[in-house]
Amino acid sequence: MINKVGRDIPDEYLVNGVEAFQGQYYRTGKEYKKASPTVRTYIDPAQDKVVPTLKEAIQKCGLEDGMTISFHHHFRDGDYIVNMVVETIASLGIKDITICASSLGDAHNPIVKYIENGVITGISTSGVRGRIGETISKGRLKKAALIRSHGGRVRAIESGDIHIDVAFIGAPSSDACGNARGKGGKANCGVLSYSMVDAKYADKVVVITDCLVDYPNFPPSIEQVDVDYVVVVDEIGDPKKIANALLRFTEDPRELIIAETATKVLVNTPYFKDGFSFQTGGGGPSLAVTRFLKPYMQEKNIKMGFAIGGITKPMIDLLNDGLIRTIVDAQDFDTTSIESVNSNPRHFEISTSQYANPFNKGAFVNKLDFVILGALEVDTNFNVNVVVGSDGILRGAPGGHVDTAAGAKCSIIVAPLLRGRIPTIRESVTSVTTPGESIDVVVTEVGIAVNPRRPDLLESLTKAKLPVRTIEDLKNEAYSLVGVPEKIEFEDKVVALIEYRDGTIIDVVRKIKEEE
Amino acid sequence: MILKKSAIAGTLESSDAQIAIEPGSNGIELTLSSNVMGQYGKQIKTVVLETLKRLDVENAKISVVDKGALDCTIKARVECAVFRAAEIVENLPWGRKM
Amino acid sequence: MKNRLRRTMMFLNAQRASLIKDAYVYKPDSIIFDLEDAVAENQKDSARISLYNALKTIDYRGIERVVRINGWDTPHAKEDVRAAVAAGADTLRLPKTETPEDILVVEKEIEKAEKEFNVPVGKTLMMAAVETPLGVINAYNIAKCSERLMGIAIGAGDYMRTMHTTRSAEGIEMLGARAQLVIAARAAGIMCFDTVYTDLDNMEGFTKEVKLIKQMGFDGKSIISPKQIPIVHQVFAPTPEEIEKAEKYIRALKANSEDGIGVFTVDGQMVDVAMLEGAKRTITLAKASGIYEGDL
Repeated sequence: MINKVGRDIPDEYLVNGVEAFQGQYYRTGKEYKKASPTVRTYIDPAQDKVVPTLKEAIQKCGLEDGMTISFHHHFRDGDYIVNMVVETIASLGIKDITICASSLGDAHNPIVKYIENGVITGISTSGVRGRIGETISKGRLKKAALIRSHGGRVRAIESGDIHIDVAFIGAPSSDACGNARGKGGKANCGVLSYSMVDAKYADKVVVITDCLVDYPNFPPSIEQVDVDYVVVVDEIGDPKKIANALLRFTEDPRELIIAETATKVLVNTPYFKDGFSFQTGGGGPSLAVTRFLKPYMQEKNIKMGFAIGGITKPMIDLLNDGLIRTIVDAQDFDTTSIESVNSNPRHFEISTSQYANPFNKGAFVNKLDFVILGALEVDTNFNVNVVVGSDGILRGAPGGHVDTAAGAKCSIIVAPLLRGRIPTIRESVTSVTTPGESIDVVVTEVGIAVNPRRPDLLESLTKAKLPVRTIEDLKNEAYSLVGVPEKIEFEDKVVALIEYRDGTIIDVVRKIKEEE
Repeated sequence: MILKKSAIAGTLESSDAQIAIEPGSNGIELTLSSNVMGQYGKQIKTVVLETLKRLDVENAKISVVDKGALDCTIKARVECAVFRAAEIVENLPWGRKM
Repeated sequence: MKNRLRRTMMFLNAQRASLIKDAYVYKPDSIIFDLEDAVAENQKDSARISLYNALKTIDYRGIERVVRINGWDTPHAKEDVRAAVAAGADTLRLPKTETPEDILVVEKEIEKAEKEFNVPVGKTLMMAAVETPLGVINAYNIAKCSERLMGIAIGAGDYMRTMHTTRSAEGIEMLGARAQLVIAARAAGIMCFDTVYTDLDNMEGFTKEVKLIKQMGFDGKSIISPKQIPIVHQVFAPTPEEIEKAEKYIRALKANSEDGIGVFTVDGQMVDVAMLEGAKRTITLAKASGIYEGDL
């Protein structure tokens, strides 16, 4: 059937209660019973959780063909855990495994061969980059992949849409009982937010660390009461690729124009007042917005109530300058933010459920005033694609995009008009990740467009003499430079389902037509 | 226009295209690779063929490696390759055949 | 348009496809498509063709399109002129001008090209870069030698070499040339532009230099990166006090000229018709800087 953003969702996927997307708040008030794990007790104090090898831990967990395992992506491009676990599973002759990851990236290219040979047959993730994306797009994964936002992933786990048999949690430090933290070791990532829900809902939980510390390792992100086994390995990841020592500020004049304009948009809305809340991604223009905000806050003599999301140095600088009252943190991008979390008394770690799950009793994203987000493509109905490249290949991540856009009072997309020859603003997006109804303003280097659903913002921003244009006008400017893009050709086979945060299907990704 | 030798124009930088052309005897033989093939492949092909036609190039082997160039860049690189191959350096037909 | 705002004239290598495709987004007052120094000797033909197609195709949205051609002593200059004129360039920038003859020989070639390509004769403007001591000495004669000449610019690179000195932070070595050029330009009634500032990481030094040349009376500056644009525009933006004063002058002059009075006072200061031009320039600048809120 054709869903609310005009995408054709094949009926074969709309079974067992799965529905097509019907609007961002469609499932408000829905009642459901939470899933629960099967737990094995640890009563005899003589039991030891530390297992000498990963292989033994996997065997003790009783991992079998057809089961589901989970991972976090706090180690980003420096992650060794996913490859290590999958290789060990393959060496044990186990197959038909589903991976439930918070994201998969270039670091995980080695698992492509296990997709090809059937060790991995299912993937649920908030991000697919590198060769894994290509492999899925070429139809090599047995089952259709499920692309879920950060909030959508924990919703799926907590509501039982996906059941994790074994959670593998890479931890920068852990004690012998499994109290695990995002810092205190050789390869620190700050927080373990993505794994907190996994630990509570998986049948078996294995903590993998390269830094076993004295008991108790407090305050823990993952608690001993949820952990079955602890494995000590040589290295859990490459510290240099886990956290940037210094995120470089963009000097790209185009990105700076976009960031400056986005900042002006933000400060000229009625929500820019004392106590406002704010989230931004880690991209060039987004980071610059955080930096540009400071003088406006000082001039107006106001403070930010809270900041959330991926945390970076510019945010910590504002916190230390007393311009932010509280930071709630679900991911750290650089060493400055890693040092700050749990050290600065106003900088707290939260779980991804607290952050963005639409099915709990109110996530942080619901309290957001502003979110600054990127986009691969935006169509003239403001629908955004952040998952599928303009060549039709999976190469992006909804991450918290969908969740924050739905929650924030003012969601601002920052994107260049063109990337190379590819127009960002276009008639139709290759794939819909975030529905246009969640997007309020689109900022490009040649002007901004306000969603017609927001006449109030249109009025404020026009009055502030910002370069307001229609989204069609932006699209026309892009097309006048690069020409009208042809539609990419796909085959019929569906290779991935793009799940909206509430579990409805917002789009499907089809197999890319390979050149003969 | 008669091509006298093989020639190359353009670069492999982003937003550019590199054109290699050599005299042919069998009409226009075009090979194209592009990082925006899915969305602009046909348009690139059309621009290359039109440009050659306007310059009265009837026989040539031409290979295009496109890195997301605009039409005007593709046209410029094809023209440059043709003039180099035809050994024409002055009095180009600006405004008429270009 | 001979007289227009030219605070920022941004150099772009005409051969680089990625640079020229949408440079208008940075909103310089002029773009200088370079066929000369930035382009390698074996790519002169390619740059020229690239320039021609860009100017023919891309809408630069009202930004002045200047082409820096190669020197007349090179084998490239004649074809540069044909390509630029055929493409409809607004202005040609001549490098290393030393005498009025250097201008007149190119002017003749431009006229020939205008006729060849059906461009109205006289439409294509010129500007001259002075880059040697001889050029500086001849600045006034150069500045007044052609109706097409909209301005002269000082180029520091070659000038430093020929003067046996190097650039310093204070710029004392440039003082004579800058002063001479701006005086010559004003005497001839054309515009005057300062040289590039090459240290892209030293924004403080750049700002200082822009303030200096503005104070000396220059109309604008050649720039080499979009990131220099906002700074120049900021420095050239008139202050609220300047705008207010200009508004008062214009209003008072209007009222008084209707009554046939030539000289009068505003806020106790003598004002006459000669001050109208400056006041109007201030308002134009204020509008271009996006800070004018009045109704003039």
